Amino acid sequence: MNDEHIDPLPPPGAPITEADLHALADGQLAGARLHEVQAFVAQHPEAQAQIERWRAQNRLLQAHFAGVAEEPLPLRLPLGPHRRRGWGMALAAGLALAVASGALGWFMRGEMDGRTLQAQATDPKMFAHRAAVAHAVYAADIRRPVEMGGDQEQALVTWLTRRVGVQVHAPDLGAAGYQLMGGRLLPGGSGAVAQLMYGTGRGQRLTLYVTREASTGETAFRYMEDDKVRVFYWVEGKLGYALSGEVSREELLRVAEEVYRQLTPAAGAGLTPNG
Amino acid sequence: MRTDIEALIVACIPSLRRYARGLTGDRDRADDLVQDTLERAWSRYSRWQQRGELRAWMFGIMHNHFVDGVRAQQRAPEMHAADEMPELPARATQADALELRDLDRCLALLPEEQRAVLLLVAVESFSYREAAQVLGVPLGTVMSRLSRARERLAALLQQAQSPSGVPAAVLPLQRIK
Repeated sequence: MNDEHIDPLPPPGAPITEADLHALADGQLAGARLHEVQAFVAQHPEAQAQIERWRAQNRLLQAHFAGVAEEPLPLRLPLGPHRRRGWGMALAAGLALAVASGALGWFMRGEMDGRTLQAQATDPKMFAHRAAVAHAVYAADIRRPVEMGGDQEQALVTWLTRRVGVQVHAPDLGAAGYQLMGGRLLPGGSGAVAQLMYGTGRGQRLTLYVTREASTGETAFRYMEDDKVRVFYWVEGKLGYALSGEVSREELLRVAEEVYRQLTPAAGAGLTPNG
Repeated sequence: MRTDIEALIVACIPSLRRYARGLTGDRDRADDLVQDTLERAWSRYSRWQQRGELRAWMFGIMHNHFVDGVRAQQRAPEMHAADEMPELPARATQADALELRDLDRCLALLPEEQRAVLLLVAVESFSYREAAQVLGVPLGTVMSRLSRARERLAALLQQAQSPSGVPAAVLPLQRIK
């Protein structure tokens, strides 16, 4: 195959080749060579037009495939290595902060109709998205981020447990640098959803959101970004957790692992994480 | 840290699916490919030594699986069948939808090796060197395949829009004159 008929990316000073024009179209030139090629193109309208056509083709392709990356991931894709225990595999029903929730249509007004409501209620990506929205709404609230403060932790946990009907535990993230600020109930489609908020002394806030209707049976630890909010979320049976924050992915992962460790007996945290 | 790499791998999945969709032109085949790629990656990622970008490593795994699959299916004839556009269905009034379908058909008519380079560069924003790494070919080969892919796709798209389908915006003007 006579593939080699174009010189790869010549050095500065070399004659301008077609490879340079491709590289200019694709934004892959820098420094002196970029200026040389730009100067060449400025004097050669046909080259300029060619580059514009290539760029238009790039945009066409990008737009064509943009939707694929937004699709929920198919269940059959393995989202983690095969381990003794997958993420959330060992979450005990009574241990976790579990909240009966509908589809949280309250947050999703206008984006859902009745037909899709049911399907989206069980899609982990959708619950993670709702968690991100809830985070964006309340973490930004300076004056009243929570309904009940973390200084009354026992009362907070008792209250959430009673309203939700499932034993609630708030992980202690002090060692990770985050103090419990408090929590709130959020309306769901068929009951209450809870959100716990944690903060640092410098005002950084994370929220832990839990739903019991993300019932895909997936155990993988997953990540998504929704606008500026990053979310790690995981699901086991009907229990789903989402930890959200406007922090780096590495930082969020660090805290999410701690949350997981505390809420999962097999991960070695013991059964009473909120000590 | 191990879990960081795991998170990076998971973060690659949407773009892997996108690339696979473009390569195969078929949702199920694409996810088969992604699934094979992930299983391979999960079994080997602890040996990934961070000598290159993780993304390029993942795409390289996918490329190898894809090539193996193509060879297994003896699909070589496709590589040379691009000279003639198959008949296109009658054009509908919804121009956008048709353009998208045209694009799928035209991409499918590109030789696989050209399609791969074009998708990596134009959609996934790989540098030429990264694309060469993914595909296991010299940089000059990437450049020539990219050049041919662009030229071929432009010709196919133009062809798709002319024979039976009349560019509605152009022909009426000619008739008026």
